[in-house]
Amino acid sequence: MNDTGQQRRIKVLLAKPGLDGHDQGAKIVARAMMDAGFEVIYTGLRQTPEQVGRIALEEDVDVIALSSMAGSHLPFCRKLKPLLEENGLHDKLWLIGGNLPAQDHDALRELGFKGIFPTGSKLDAIVAYIRENVREHVA
Amino acid sequence: MNDRAQSTLKIITNESGLEVKPLYTAADVEESGGTTMLGEPGEYPFTRGIHREMYRKQPWTMRQYAGFGNPHDTNQRFKYLIANGQTGLNVAFDLPTQIGLDSDDPLAAGEIGRVGMSIDTLRDFEVAFDGIDLDKITVSMTINGAAAIAIAMYLAMAEKRGYDVKKLRGTAQNDILKEFIGRGTWIFPVEPSIKLVGDTIEYCAEHAPKYSPVSVCGYHIRESGATPAQEMAYAFCIAKAYADEVIARGLAVDEFAGRLSYNFNIFGNLFEQVCKFRAGRSLWAKIMKEEYKAEKPGSMWLRMIAAGGGGGLTFEQPELNIVRGAYYALISALSGTQTMALCSYDEAYTIPTEYSARISLRTMQILIEEMGMTETVDPLGGSYYVETMTNRMRDKMEEIIAETDAQGGIVKLVSEGIIQAKVSAQAYQMQRDIESGKFPKVGVNRYRNEHEDEHPVEFHPYNEDDARVQVDGLNKVRAERDSAHVARTLAAVSEAARAGANVMPAIVEAVKAYASVGEITKELVKVYGRYQEPIRF
Repeated sequence: MNDTGQQRRIKVLLAKPGLDGHDQGAKIVARAMMDAGFEVIYTGLRQTPEQVGRIALEEDVDVIALSSMAGSHLPFCRKLKPLLEENGLHDKLWLIGGNLPAQDHDALRELGFKGIFPTGSKLDAIVAYIRENVREHVA
Repeated sequence: MNDRAQSTLKIITNESGLEVKPLYTAADVEESGGTTMLGEPGEYPFTRGIHREMYRKQPWTMRQYAGFGNPHDTNQRFKYLIANGQTGLNVAFDLPTQIGLDSDDPLAAGEIGRVGMSIDTLRDFEVAFDGIDLDKITVSMTINGAAAIAIAMYLAMAEKRGYDVKKLRGTAQNDILKEFIGRGTWIFPVEPSIKLVGDTIEYCAEHAPKYSPVSVCGYHIRESGATPAQEMAYAFCIAKAYADEVIARGLAVDEFAGRLSYNFNIFGNLFEQVCKFRAGRSLWAKIMKEEYKAEKPGSMWLRMIAAGGGGGLTFEQPELNIVRGAYYALISALSGTQTMALCSYDEAYTIPTEYSARISLRTMQILIEEMGMTETVDPLGGSYYVETMTNRMRDKMEEIIAETDAQGGIVKLVSEGIIQAKVSAQAYQMQRDIESGKFPKVGVNRYRNEHEDEHPVEFHPYNEDDARVQVDGLNKVRAERDSAHVARTLAAVSEAARAGANVMPAIVEAVKAYASVGEITKELVKVYGRYQEPIRF
């Protein structure tokens, strides 16, 4: 709830980390989030950890979501975690989706990525997860 | 009304939006335009195939996509595939190479050798193709933004090994316009990117006339959400944009059009796919003959790789992808493709292992050896359904091309992100239709397993050490090469770009001096700048 008593729109940063050019999935998820009434900032391709950290801070987002299809999710997230923490964004909801082998999920969770949505995840499940967990954060 | 009557009355449309009737007769063929665009195989307008004897003379080339780690690792995989009966190579490059970064660039960290092999200099090409007979095995390179450099390296490597470049065959993907729609390995802004494609076509027409410098890809546009009819129509619009670029320089269409090739997708409804290819073959021939006044039959041929099918494969129950792959290969064979490759069943998870790559290869070999697919040309020709739908698909493609031209042409629509927004909206709708069950997908929204098995997919290991080996190799080349000569050849690259000249001769010289992919790219960026992606929904 904000000052006016109305529920604030959930604001999501959706980023394409690294050099991966496969953005069909990210764009589909962005549309699903917009249809759900979220405000979505989609970065486009080739974002560095520094860029993701900076945009997340400047835009004051509730959710930081990454879409990774080309296998570099772990090295990227290892670099992103301290940057998000330095920017005081540790209490935001960190999500990652895409081609994420099950064997990497524990490592991603340990890096602070609470929501993991591998290939095959449903759009409604992603939206519901954000609604539930952002409310928790805001409260 | 009984159930049977109702089922025949329900309107069914294919993905391209065309109605599919419960029965076709000779009257439907007539009504759709008859057989005026049918012809004989090997004759205009080539609906039935670009060659008279097709697979009787030679089966399709089998060209699985392969490459990972460093050039040495990839060379081993190439030799494994060739030893198992593969007849062509399709090289996967890692992302840093594809977008013009050296392996020691900070932006390349974590990405070296991951989705393809890493290339810095000509030395890496020498290692990757060591021991492979380039006269017997043709090489196709999946590279776009940095294609001019890769082509130069391939030609230089072949020349160094004593091959006559004038006779050398091979293909580069080098279709940058589709990279702006999907796949995303662009480097330079749209206009200089098209100019670079023109440079490669012009250079190869003179120096390597058997080499195919461009393979125009409907494939990735389809993966990004296009319908089969849009896939082919947009590919033709893109090919025309490249042809216009080269013709504006004074080349005659028959000097280069015979070396243009295509790359199309094969997932979806079998009949819609087969009709897409048959329709596309005659439409491209018509465009080349009537619009471009081509005279040589080769200029009118829709030479293609019909391959992949990634967009149709599923993460759920991955073994079913082996079955889908077999049907996709069948589509490809019934469509009269020149080259075939299949996405392996584990590609929704990982890059293919030797085991899964071999299954894909065997799938194609079964069609050749056991199924009679090479015995008769265009075996579906003459079917009332196939001939009617081929005519309808051709009409649909012409309609999409006319609409694209009326809106200002493909280059404008891609530059402004309009095509991207259109196919992305379609991809979103398709995903919703799959999730709701409206669009059937076995294992996903039909016949799901109660408890999903632990998927028996073996992961291709990523070797963290590959990056260090690659950077060490680059440093060794830098220490050994004549750095003053390298600097001179690099300066010549940006000079040629600034002068608006064809940059290929300068790139070839730089490559021969062992200048790196990243160094040459930087010279071009100095003049062309970098692409800024339009974000549109």
